[in-house]
Amino acid sequence: MTNSHKKTLFSHDLPATPMDPALQASRDQKIKVAMIGLCGCWGCTLSLLDMDEALIGLLDKVTILRSSLTDIKRIRQRCAIGFIEGGVANEENIETLKEYREHCDILISVGACAIWGGVPAMRNEVELSSCLEEAYVDSITAVANAIPTIPYHEDIPRITTKVYPCHEVVKMDYFIPGCPPDGGTILKVLDDLVNGREFDLPTTMNRYD
Amino acid sequence: MSIQITLDGRPVSTQAGANLVDVAAEHGVYIPTLCYLKGKPCLGTCRICSVSVNGRIAAACTVSVSDGMIVAVDEPALADMRKALIEMLFIEGNHNCPSCEKSGRCDLQAVGYDVGMLVPRFPYRFTPHQREVGAERIWLERDRCIFCQRCVDYIHDQHSGQKIFTIKGRGSNARIEIDKTLADQMSAEQVREAAELCPVGCIIEKGVGFNRPIGERKFEIKSVRQRALEDDV
Repeated sequence: MTNSHKKTLFSHDLPATPMDPALQASRDQKIKVAMIGLCGCWGCTLSLLDMDEALIGLLDKVTILRSSLTDIKRIRQRCAIGFIEGGVANEENIETLKEYREHCDILISVGACAIWGGVPAMRNEVELSSCLEEAYVDSITAVANAIPTIPYHEDIPRITTKVYPCHEVVKMDYFIPGCPPDGGTILKVLDDLVNGREFDLPTTMNRYD
Repeated sequence: MSIQITLDGRPVSTQAGANLVDVAAEHGVYIPTLCYLKGKPCLGTCRICSVSVNGRIAAACTVSVSDGMIVAVDEPALADMRKALIEMLFIEGNHNCPSCEKSGRCDLQAVGYDVGMLVPRFPYRFTPHQREVGAERIWLERDRCIFCQRCVDYIHDQHSGQKIFTIKGRGSNARIEIDKTLADQMSAEQVREAAELCPVGCIIEKGVGFNRPIGERKFEIKSVRQRALEDDV
């Protein structure tokens, strides 16, 4: 990241109350699952929650380290199954994705953005400069009489020239298409993997929209 | 004349000269197609129906069956080759299903599901193409065109017989064009026919858009495979 010379403080570095040893012990025996979002709309992470009560049944076997409930993207523990939503659109996304890859045994692209860029990738057809100008300088909703400014600051992650699917940045193990895929589809994949079955997405569950 | 061919190791009786795609479907073997339409002259442009005929790869829609022909469809290597062809079509254009009016009734999407494509093995190209919106009731989303030529060969002006759609340019400069004067003379039925004939979301009827709810669209009611095998295209 551009501000790597600065002291960056992550939430997991902050002091925290130690967890109850009995609870910690029971969690340690479970399969660790996580889902984070990069450049997407949150729809796919909401689909994870759309597993509804089926999620409760799975909680005997899994524990969820990261989800949209906290939106903490950094992960320091070993994680068995990592789901990821969204494509790569800035330098912070690249850093997060690489770190996530290092900590996950199985990494799964969920949704159109993670798989091919999705809606954010529509900007791949135009130059980045004209995209930013359209958004910030020539925007019809720009504040009248204000000096048109393209935001730039060392604390704002630098945007990449194009939007990339996750598997063009790190190795992804499996793919669940959809915009977003149904909760039932994510459940099918998670249930198969948790119970030691092979990843298998039947034709009837495969959707691109 | 009644003849016998071998289809995926099975002896099959059929009529000499029949189209291989039709013969296979009659005997329960689905060969995916995008440009081929039963009863219309063969185009042979999309190559999605590639199968092995007497040990050589051929587009099934271009093959008239003859006695003793040995045809293989359902082999892993052949299936993977057809899947690769579908993937190439996906990455070449901007097939953004979530924002496409044709989603759910798109042949390319339906065949993508059938061949089990989750992610193309090739990188997306995001090629920009100018869309054509000049005609009154039709617009062309050129970045979705797969150059199947269905519209070029099957849609003609009802009075003069002239082509309404044409392909101009060659190679990477090839693009689909529409004769706006003739297009504006098309009947409402012919406009609909052209939009439905297009196997992707390139020819779009203006004012229609997303008129069918998700779950009730063509290929959600019945898959492309079922339709082909039941002759209900």
